[in-house]
Amino acid sequence: MRFYDEMTAADGSLRPHYLPYDRWLRQQPPDVMQAKREEAELIFRRVGITFAVYGDEAGTERLIPFDLIPRIIPAGEWAHLEAGLKQRVSALNRFIHDVYHQQEILRAGIVPEDMVLGNSQFRAEMMGVNLPHQVYAHIAGIDIVRAENPAGQGEYYVLEDNLRVPSGVSYMLENRRMMMRLFPELFSLYPIAPVAHYPDALLEKLRDCAPPGVNDPTVVVLTPGMYNSAYFEHAFLAQQMGVELVEGQDLFVKDDFVYMRTTQGPQRVDVIYRRIDDDFLDPQVFRADSALGCAGLMRAYRAGNVNLANAIGTGIADDKSLYPYVPKMIEFYLGEKPLLANVPTHLCREPESLAYVLAHLPELVVKEVHGAGGYGMLVGPAASRDQIAAFADKLRANPQHYIAQPTLALSTCPTYVDAGIAPRHIDLRPFVLSGKSVSIVPGGLTRVALTESSLVVNSSQGGGTKDTWVLER
Amino acid sequence: MLSRTADHLFWMARYTERAENTARMLDVQVQTVLLPQAAEDTRLGWAGLLGISELIGDYTRQHGAIDPERVLDFMVRDPANPSSILSCLRAARENARAVRGAIATEVWETVNQTWLEAQRLLADGLHGQDPAQIFEWVKHRSHLSRGVTSGTMLQDEAYHFLRIGTFLERADNTARLLDVKFHALPADGRATSGSKVPENDFYHWSGVLRSVSGFEVYRKVYRDVITPERVAALLILRPDMPRSLAACLREVDAHLRAVAHPQSGETLRRSGLLNAQLQYGRLDDIMATGLHAYLTHLLERINDLGAGISRDFLAL
Repeated sequence: MRFYDEMTAADGSLRPHYLPYDRWLRQQPPDVMQAKREEAELIFRRVGITFAVYGDEAGTERLIPFDLIPRIIPAGEWAHLEAGLKQRVSALNRFIHDVYHQQEILRAGIVPEDMVLGNSQFRAEMMGVNLPHQVYAHIAGIDIVRAENPAGQGEYYVLEDNLRVPSGVSYMLENRRMMMRLFPELFSLYPIAPVAHYPDALLEKLRDCAPPGVNDPTVVVLTPGMYNSAYFEHAFLAQQMGVELVEGQDLFVKDDFVYMRTTQGPQRVDVIYRRIDDDFLDPQVFRADSALGCAGLMRAYRAGNVNLANAIGTGIADDKSLYPYVPKMIEFYLGEKPLLANVPTHLCREPESLAYVLAHLPELVVKEVHGAGGYGMLVGPAASRDQIAAFADKLRANPQHYIAQPTLALSTCPTYVDAGIAPRHIDLRPFVLSGKSVSIVPGGLTRVALTESSLVVNSSQGGGTKDTWVLER
Repeated sequence: MLSRTADHLFWMARYTERAENTARMLDVQVQTVLLPQAAEDTRLGWAGLLGISELIGDYTRQHGAIDPERVLDFMVRDPANPSSILSCLRAARENARAVRGAIATEVWETVNQTWLEAQRLLADGLHGQDPAQIFEWVKHRSHLSRGVTSGTMLQDEAYHFLRIGTFLERADNTARLLDVKFHALPADGRATSGSKVPENDFYHWSGVLRSVSGFEVYRKVYRDVITPERVAALLILRPDMPRSLAACLREVDAHLRAVAHPQSGETLRRSGLLNAQLQYGRLDDIMATGLHAYLTHLLERINDLGAGISRDFLAL
């Protein structure tokens, strides 16, 4: 399999946007770079930029490995990505609104009705609920990969749309801060677009979407608590926006309004940036055993007295079984051709597809339709025969729970490994913000699979991160 | 501010202060045993130290007889002892982590760094380490934590609750220290007012003073020999002595007033009364009541004030 490398072309020449970096890197003594790596780790520990891994002992904190070599995106490529991402997220928001109102796309026969209405991510409670600016996914983390297209050029593909509670943006911000601290001289070599205004942009979108008539809305971030794997990010965003970080126990609902318990008595809450899944938000409506949410929240939400970001029920649009239909949604709602391509996808619920998938498992990547975070997936080329046989049984038992995609030749980027510098596979998660308008901070989280030839970049599976430079010209 | 946030801030400051106070007392005890003294006095000294923190029962259940090295280990790094320095630093850090958005980044980083270093310093036990250096380090980190708080934080509610935690804990500690140290003295060694203290008592009282950074203060204020009554006056009533009860409760009262609300009237009244009684109190009256009875009553009221703060602000 041939891989597109971000730094070096197939003929061995350097891509122009990496030339200054390469020249700089050659001048750095190896022991200096090693010292910088150690310094980065110390700083991350002191700042407490850690995450918890599920399955580990409760409260175990780990660092996500940070790689010193940046991923560089030229201005022209970014302009294309930005336009494609805005287009895609606009269409997805239109789709969610439609699904919970007129359902025109179902009536037009473009998306099969049973795939939406029979989907466990479909929230009947959201039917007819009107949201400010008709925005559902205020924060979208769109996973992008790059692979060589048939013409031999690197092309960006959308791998997944994350519209529920996408995480990782704090690493985009902290990685940049770290690079500026470790290598300030690099920032005079390149016109690197800044990203530090992300919390401001986020706050603006959240305030945009306050309930009608609220002029100076109180915004809060709702976290499951300090033992959640992304707690650092919740605390970080709340602090950077200057809003309260609340837990479910800090909130209560009275007369369909939401309040938080403060030292000066109850205070009304207008917008909740929630980092808790739908299922845990309101024990009166969803999981009754949830201690993370707030009883009555759904009532207040339906009454229009509080807004949630993201909305309840966005899972219907990032479900992997509906992913193949996104290009059609773009054409249906916007009347435009999709700017970013999808990865070809087999829906295992279709018998022909299932037969094909079962016959080609060693070449394919199979994912759970509702899964996230790299849990419960099969990477055919990296799996043993036993693993493949076991997975085939799961597929036959519940074909509708799975989709399959060709193993993508994810692009590589030079990365520090024990033996020196070597190419490792990467992806990209830019964060798209929607309020009165749609905007993107020029950058994203680049994740890197640190194990040789591994294609799984998730931090829960041992992936690392890199700073992502979008060039301004 | 969220009540839960205020609660975490209050306890973060209390645990930081507690770690420092424990380090101070251990430091003086370790220095005291360097002086020639009877084995029984040494044992009493260590027992007294456990007594201040009400830990004699816990210690005896786990370790039996008083053994200096075991007491030191128990008080410094035993994770099963919630009052050990290590446990306090962990609790301070856990509370800070729960509200890291509400404190200045530099405050969080200081508290986190303290915890990371403490784990490294104390991981392999105290063997071969100079305990004095560890105590010095704990005090230093506590100074740093307070300094970075006053140097970087907005003086908003978060700041006030941190300060209330610090001074309430400090008042509690000073009262306990004084109570235990007055008891520890053999009855026949207790000097009467104005008379010169016997030599071994000089070391006893100068140790008490040093543990609250009061030795030099005493010399400056009295320019005279050390008497137990003056030590008591300094640590209870002296308003400009930073670790005296009068100074601590004045601070608690001032910061409480800054966060008061209509439902907190009774707690404010009690705080004001306690403050006024210390500002206008006289040593003669205290001594007439009996120091132990006086301090016992005062400790109850400090406790009561803490409960009132919890009820009115932290658990709404």
